[in-house]
Amino acid sequence: MKKTLYDKIWNEHLVHENTDGSSLIYIDRHLVHEVTSPQAFDGLGIKKRNIWNKNSIFAVSDHNVPTKNRALGIDDKISKLQVDTLIDNCKKHKISYFDLNNINQGIVHVIGPELAITQPGMTLVCGDSHTSTHGALASLAFGIGTSDVEHVLATQCININKEKNFKINITNSLSQLISSKDLILHIIKIIGTSGGTGYTIEFTGSCIENMSIESRMTMCNMSIEAGAKSGLVSFDSKTFDYMLNRKYSPSKQHLKNAIKYWETLVSDSDAEFDKTLSFDAADVLPQVTWGTSPEMTTDINGKTPDPESENDFSKKQHIQRALDYMGLKANQDIKSIKLDKIFIGSCTNSRIEDLRQAAAILEGYKISNHIKQAIVVPGSGHVKAEAEKEGLDKIFIKSGFEWRDPGCSMCLGMNDDSLLPYERCASTSNRNFEGRQGDKGRTHLVSPSMAALAAIKGHFSNVIEFINEK
Amino acid sequence: MKNKIIEGQVIPFDQSNIDTDAIIPKQYLKSIKKSGFGPFLFDSLRYTDPGDLGTTKKRNLNSDFVLNIKPYSDGNIILANDNFGCGSSREHAVWALKDYGIEAVISTSFADIFYRNSFKNGLLLISIKKDELENIFDEMSASPKYNLTINIQNQTITTPNSQVYSFVISDSDKERIIFEYDDIELSLKHEDKIQNYESEMKLKKPWIFENNND
Repeated sequence: MKKTLYDKIWNEHLVHENTDGSSLIYIDRHLVHEVTSPQAFDGLGIKKRNIWNKNSIFAVSDHNVPTKNRALGIDDKISKLQVDTLIDNCKKHKISYFDLNNINQGIVHVIGPELAITQPGMTLVCGDSHTSTHGALASLAFGIGTSDVEHVLATQCININKEKNFKINITNSLSQLISSKDLILHIIKIIGTSGGTGYTIEFTGSCIENMSIESRMTMCNMSIEAGAKSGLVSFDSKTFDYMLNRKYSPSKQHLKNAIKYWETLVSDSDAEFDKTLSFDAADVLPQVTWGTSPEMTTDINGKTPDPESENDFSKKQHIQRALDYMGLKANQDIKSIKLDKIFIGSCTNSRIEDLRQAAAILEGYKISNHIKQAIVVPGSGHVKAEAEKEGLDKIFIKSGFEWRDPGCSMCLGMNDDSLLPYERCASTSNRNFEGRQGDKGRTHLVSPSMAALAAIKGHFSNVIEFINEK
Repeated sequence: MKNKIIEGQVIPFDQSNIDTDAIIPKQYLKSIKKSGFGPFLFDSLRYTDPGDLGTTKKRNLNSDFVLNIKPYSDGNIILANDNFGCGSSREHAVWALKDYGIEAVISTSFADIFYRNSFKNGLLLISIKKDELENIFDEMSASPKYNLTINIQNQTITTPNSQVYSFVISDSDKERIIFEYDDIELSLKHEDKIQNYESEMKLKKPWIFENNND
């Protein structure tokens, strides 16, 4: 029978099928961070259980770490205790941990692929919903809760039901300056935040084939915002090139066999999917979210919706509530929305390619006087070093951005980087939920170049028009 | 046959896409414990002043929020619209619901990760049809004091008007709620199988097991 990529990785990792339809699936890699792991390690201790395979685990602190004055350590006592707890747990169990001052430190979903901890065909989990990111390397990756973190530590397996297959086929290619962030926001706008619930999404088509691995990561990263725990892209020559010569790439001795296996990691040409969506990439414009759910998205030439034109009472209320929270009116031009803060970063958009796109817009410009703060938070020590090598840091700083150290930062504002009540932010992150970036803060999700342009203008504007004038 | 009955006042949330950031905001994720999250459930909706793990002063209640309104403040069953628990994988959301005293959430659909986290902690999630959900919302707007009885073994919900709705959950999830199984213990019953699989893969895909600790 013809198989999807998801079916192939699933079958390869199947250890046991339970009578209730769930299966024990073997996990090749387990990424661990400070926020969702302490209770799992505690649980192991209480039951006196051992870790099954410590070599499969890599740990890093990213959510709760400062992005400036790092040499001074962590000021907040509660945050410090959480990070120290992870360090202690890693020491105790002899788990690889990347210290805050190590160049390998960064957002867990940036460093996994970058160091080739993530490899094609692997199963990978992490106590973080954006684990879907790693699917861009043809690996089956998904977020889990803390109970499952403990379960994987103790058994190297996870007990789950198989998802259904969802193919999103994108033909043609994106216009210049339209990024994969615009594309995934466009998709979420179409299918909604639960459109992928119960499915693993595979992204296919010429648009994806022509896309860099980093852009594919942005697509897979936000699959969870469409409700799908995992996003996938089949293995191809781009994946192959990406996998070589990284810190944990397979050793020379095994590389040939690894490649032979990787080459099987494609959906068969006539594999059956339970659901398919197909559209033309050329139709996608720069996207901006106007509301408090990632599906509340429109394009840069659009307006906020009018709840009065919605017939469904519950939807009407939902739109009104979002407009009220966001401090916006019905039928308001997206371009008229003025910003207070700009955040370029997060596991969605903090890779070198993202920073290059933002810097290309900013070069030769200063940010608007209306912008209170604009920060760039590179995804990892390596991204930071590469950006500095290319002189991108100087472009950011000259234009008025702050150049920070790697971490999750203002995506969720667990550290000092957050919005004050009613502040409005153009953010390259992934969630615009109420309070996500700070209590009563207002988030608009955009691509890196759109965030950079919003910083220059002080309000949203169309990157395509800007570049034509530039 | 062992059973579990959940009975109590319903707390109506006529909203869809209630995310885990709303259920428990980020500042409480700094805790390294599993307990004590109940007072922070729906924190930014429930209180008018900001709080964090270090806050010691009494918080100001938002009198418009459902958890602060009688009889809902005595409730133990949440009724909400589509896609409850979407977003972040934080299990703290389930710990907060449980710690507050919520025993069941009824909706038309739930986000996948939240669904797993809930049953792992003995929190019952029930999916019912849209018209059934709307019917309960309607009845509640007429009579706010509204108790449901949930029979887990029979997979039924009984309304105050003796209307009975049935729901579907897997046998294993049902057993998790009734018996509070230790999932790790159950999986480790297959320890030999896991070991055999691993030995086979060490030969087949040795690069996955290269010693990465340095």
